Amino acid sequence: MGIFSVFSKKKKEKLDESLEKTKSNVFSKISRAVAGKSKVDDEVLDDLEEILVTSDVGVSTTLKIIERIEQRVARDKYLGTAELNQILKEEIAALLAENDKGELLGFDFPKRETPYVIMVVGVNGVGKTTTIGKLAYQFKEAGKSVVLGASDTFRAAAVDQLTIWAERVGVPVVTQGMGADPASVAYDTLQSAVANHTDVVIVDTAGRLHNKVNLMKELTKIKNVMQKVIPDAPHEILLILDASTGQNAIEQAKQFTAATEVNALALTKLDGTAKGGVAIGISDQFKVPVKYIGIGEGKEDLQLFDKFEFVDSLFNK
Amino acid sequence: MFESLSEKLERSFKVLKGHGHITEINVAETLKEVRKALLDADVSYKIAKQFTEQVKQDALGQNVLTAVSPGQLMIKIVHDNLAELMGGEHEEINLKGTPAVILIAGLQGSGKTTFSAKLARFLKSKKGKQPMLVAGDVYRPAAINQLQVLGEQIGVEVYTEEGSKDPVKIAKNSIKYARDKGYNVVIVDTAGRLAVDEEMMNEISSIKEHISPHETLFVVDAMTGQDAVNTAKAFHDRLDYDGVVLTKLDGDTRGGAALTIRSVVTKPIKFVGIGEKMEALDVFYPKRMADRILGMGDIVSLVEKAQEQFDEEAARKLQKKIAKNQFNFNDFLTQIKQIKKMGNVKDLMSMIPGMGKALKNMDIDDDAFKEIEAIIYSMTPEERENPKVLNGSRRRRIAKGSGSEIQEVNRLIKQFEETRKMMRMMTTGGGKNMARMMQRMKGARPR
Repeated sequence: MGIFSVFSKKKKEKLDESLEKTKSNVFSKISRAVAGKSKVDDEVLDDLEEILVTSDVGVSTTLKIIERIEQRVARDKYLGTAELNQILKEEIAALLAENDKGELLGFDFPKRETPYVIMVVGVNGVGKTTTIGKLAYQFKEAGKSVVLGASDTFRAAAVDQLTIWAERVGVPVVTQGMGADPASVAYDTLQSAVANHTDVVIVDTAGRLHNKVNLMKELTKIKNVMQKVIPDAPHEILLILDASTGQNAIEQAKQFTAATEVNALALTKLDGTAKGGVAIGISDQFKVPVKYIGIGEGKEDLQLFDKFEFVDSLFNK
Repeated sequence: MFESLSEKLERSFKVLKGHGHITEINVAETLKEVRKALLDADVSYKIAKQFTEQVKQDALGQNVLTAVSPGQLMIKIVHDNLAELMGGEHEEINLKGTPAVILIAGLQGSGKTTFSAKLARFLKSKKGKQPMLVAGDVYRPAAINQLQVLGEQIGVEVYTEEGSKDPVKIAKNSIKYARDKGYNVVIVDTAGRLAVDEEMMNEISSIKEHISPHETLFVVDAMTGQDAVNTAKAFHDRLDYDGVVLTKLDGDTRGGAALTIRSVVTKPIKFVGIGEKMEALDVFYPKRMADRILGMGDIVSLVEKAQEQFDEEAARKLQKKIAKNQFNFNDFLTQIKQIKKMGNVKDLMSMIPGMGKALKNMDIDDDAFKEIEAIIYSMTPEERENPKVLNGSRRRRIAKGSGSEIQEVNRLIKQFEETRKMMRMMTTGGGKNMARMMQRMKGARPR
């Protein structure tokens, strides 16, 4: 317990630090909005709308939050600006909790009969390969054996990039080189994992824009081929989203889900953006949970996403 | 690609229909919709606000002429403002200098390496330059390798320094090397960096100082959200770049970043990336983009694209063949290749006015011709030259060879024959044949 709480505290510090920019922005803006006012009026709500929209929360989620606060103002008759932060925090936490399913496995899960298979998908340049490297590291740290599958056989040097990550983390990688059939690589990877009783398989795929129909179909094929080795694979289809992406992130989530039944999201590059708000918009608009967040370039800079910790980080000084 | 935005604007303009002139009251609802559409498109909050205010000022008090509806007038006002917001005329990149040095900078995953290679290809094939690429991303695993692979694809040398972790030195050395080798353009790719990463931002400033590039380009993902403004500004403050490159515009992003960046940093968008192929790079034309956003099509680009791929000599030969009724499957294949060279079929079609909306949910992409090609490739040279010999057993063999159904082979041959007849009539026929042709066209079964 002692060690755990220390680790968890360190983890929280890193999260706080990474969200510093988001936090200070949301904060200073809200304090500015309420400066010299004693109660929440239309003007404060207008300002709040601007703050949320400019944090990439999205128009519809913003309107939803504002509406809830309006209802509270109507119900409680009077809402002081001092309470605004607390209420905003509560409302956002409530929004996030509505879609909380929490059925996916963390890094440290009990022994399974067959390998736990994660297929990683996403548009170009969101950080799929980097996230895989970090995931492999976390699983390995948790005492699991891991194998990677280099199914991005399209982008120049993608296989090399994954191989370097595998070496860095110290896990094996299955490759067939550039231009190979991605489904065939996935098949090989799963077979190797079954033969070696590996705990976790992570399969990389080439970046694809979600409106390219045939490329989306290719994902289905990779999935189907995996099922020839392990019938219920992949257990986790992880969609990687770039936190600096705007409202298109929701479109990506929708279309990837339509094509491959995405059941987990990872939000990357959260350290560089003032817009952590996209996590709120996505959790509200989209019924698949954010599972991991990427908050730096090092191999340890990936965390399981804790909604409440996240909201805390956003609002607590 | 901007279907969603133009659709929304279209819907909001409908509210205006039936009103005789634009007043504060009847414009309010429309403006609200315009603003919401812009925000949904990731246009920065401030810009969206300014923009709608400007549109309102321009719209109010305008007398609606009898010839145009208030909706049409609003479209014009919004269009003019959009075009202005995105900058005036197209601006070329600066290639004066021996060698001309181009520095590429941007966030992680924005597409710098792919763009660098595309730019090299563009300068080589369209501007007759001898470009060299420099692998300055020493951090991301296999980034150098990626540039090398792309360089090989396009036949451009890539300068690397194995084991070196000093991008400033690499960039400096590369220019000396290029000068010795007689290259006249040097494109320096750099590592992706966050605007908030002080150390990395210092590094790129230092690279810029040491190599004094003639052109510095900032590469940004078209899907970027509200942060686009801050990032574009932060890079601008440090690098004072000369132009912006907007990538991944072949996605369905509404591309609000394009609208915003120019107005915040007053630097033009010079190129847009529209696909993963090396030729999927376009010059940015602000006015055309405004047309496109409003669903007015982009006929000019389409015509230019066609011209670029058009080989007059080959066309004359083809015409002769058609006239003699010798048009065969080989020519058919060449035609398909030409269309494919022009780019993604869906992109091409979306440039035709009115098509953007119709195409929204259609399944068209680069593979549209795959089946046809497979069938033709399964024919013997003799069969391609002389399609008359295609009897039942040959057709069965072709179907098997191409992995398609015999009906598909039959359909293709029938289509081919129809096309051939039609083409012949068009080249040889006068008015007399026109009526017959029209009839045939009616008879031709659409797939």
